[in-house]
Amino acid sequence: MIQNLVDGVLVGSILSLGAIGLTMAMHMLRFANFSHAELLSIGAYAALVFDGLFGAIHPALAEAIPPLSLTWSLTLALLLSMALTGLSAVAVDKLVFKRVRAKGGELSMVFASFGVAMIIRNILGLVFGLNPKLYSQDIVFAIVVSRDPFLLIKPDQVFTLVAALLIMFILHLVLSRTTFGYSLRAVAENPTLAQVSGINLSRMIVLIWLIGGGLAAAAGVFYGLTNQISPVLGRDLVLPIFAATIVGGIGSIYGAVLGGFLVGLASNLALVILPSGYSPAVPFLIILAVLILRPHGLFGEERT
Amino acid sequence: MTALVASNIVAGYVPDLPILKGVSVTAETAKVTVIIGPNGAGKSTLIKAIAGLVPVSGGTVHLNGAEITNPRPDRMGALGVAYVPQSDNIFRSLTIRQNLDLVLRNAGKEAAARREALFTRFPALADKQTEKAGALSGGQRQFLAVAMALAIDPKVILMDEPSAGLSPKAAQEVLEYAKSLTEQGVTILLVEQNVKQALRMADHCYILADGRNQVDGAAQDLLNDPVVGQIYLGGKRVTHA
Repeated sequence: MIQNLVDGVLVGSILSLGAIGLTMAMHMLRFANFSHAELLSIGAYAALVFDGLFGAIHPALAEAIPPLSLTWSLTLALLLSMALTGLSAVAVDKLVFKRVRAKGGELSMVFASFGVAMIIRNILGLVFGLNPKLYSQDIVFAIVVSRDPFLLIKPDQVFTLVAALLIMFILHLVLSRTTFGYSLRAVAENPTLAQVSGINLSRMIVLIWLIGGGLAAAAGVFYGLTNQISPVLGRDLVLPIFAATIVGGIGSIYGAVLGGFLVGLASNLALVILPSGYSPAVPFLIILAVLILRPHGLFGEERT
Repeated sequence: MTALVASNIVAGYVPDLPILKGVSVTAETAKVTVIIGPNGAGKSTLIKAIAGLVPVSGGTVHLNGAEITNPRPDRMGALGVAYVPQSDNIFRSLTIRQNLDLVLRNAGKEAAARREALFTRFPALADKQTEKAGALSGGQRQFLAVAMALAIDPKVILMDEPSAGLSPKAAQEVLEYAKSLTEQGVTILLVEQNVKQALRMADHCYILADGRNQVDGAAQDLLNDPVVGQIYLGGKRVTHA
């Protein structure tokens, strides 16, 4: 039970990072972006490539930072991958969503996002193959934290959780202390009023994709570090990320963080009573329950 | 002196379906100009068209002699024009102070001083500056919206029904405050449903109906005009048995 709790928090932190970008883009551009989770895949694979590159350039960088399996080269790769994934999110918007937005309705955007998701997933499969990949071939032993109740934690998991919380804390500082953060929240709440208040919406859209893409890349790398990377990573995480967004309330960044943890915990705690095969159904059930009981989510407000 | 001139404006949300069919309005410098008319007359659309929120397909808007037709809404502040929407005119999830800091974000080192000056002007807001703006009463929200408009030091303020949804007392306060701004040289162009109250404080009035100009004149004259009173101000009506 306690193991499920710990695992749930860890998965939750990854889902939160993914859900923050989704909730911002979804609220501002008024469409359900089913390709958002593919940004996690792009981030994970981009980091894999950069990691290999740095390791080859300077072998010392490929040394693991004990007790983690994480290497210096992967840490650098993570940062580059966040930037690259943010830029690819901007590129996808320019190439696809912006054009559809100009001519089509919300539904066209949703279908376009399905198309984008499939294209990204299949390109990754073509380039990197369908077999799962790992950042490190080293076997990292889990640390037995306690024997009764039995609790195993890998150092990488602790790092991932701390790093994810740190990223969220930095985002919180930006949102609550800087006028740039106020602008982001203003645009998420009321784009028209934000424009009237002198905020350049097109520039904000670019920034939101950059931030959303960057956070998704971090989530993808953290997922790869604690699990494995495969082209279906996005497909597997799209529903839990959507569930996190809906639970938190679309447009609420803090709601997305809480939603991520709630969905992560619920999916893992469900394993206590349900056979593991049913675990992927839990996010669906959460989405249904929230839509019935609290359609605007925990922190969401009615659309104005 | 005229501050803002909108001539023969044709505008609407959907192409080929104009709501405004050639409306002309002039706002004199440091005066209150009010636009009234029945529901669906196009009053709010006119204000939004001037502010760049509804595309203008015909006619022109001039500000102090320079054409600004179809401006980018986020550039209006830089031109010296503030727009206060009718509803949802504050960011509810931000605190009062954050709302002001947001509009003052380009003021650099002056921002803090200007924020404090606004708080001196609106002491009720100063007392609640760390509270979420969504928690404010209707009247206080309207004052926050006005304070946000004033933050950019505008020459012209466009107001869309500032008294909507307010108690008569709060409505009176907001309108009187708007009127007092003209003493500092600010030009006010406002849309009102609250016709009598608006006419009492306005200098000039335009009456629109069905997207066209109907009558215009000095506000006091219109207030005393029996025909206008009968048609637009809820005077005696001809009733059919």
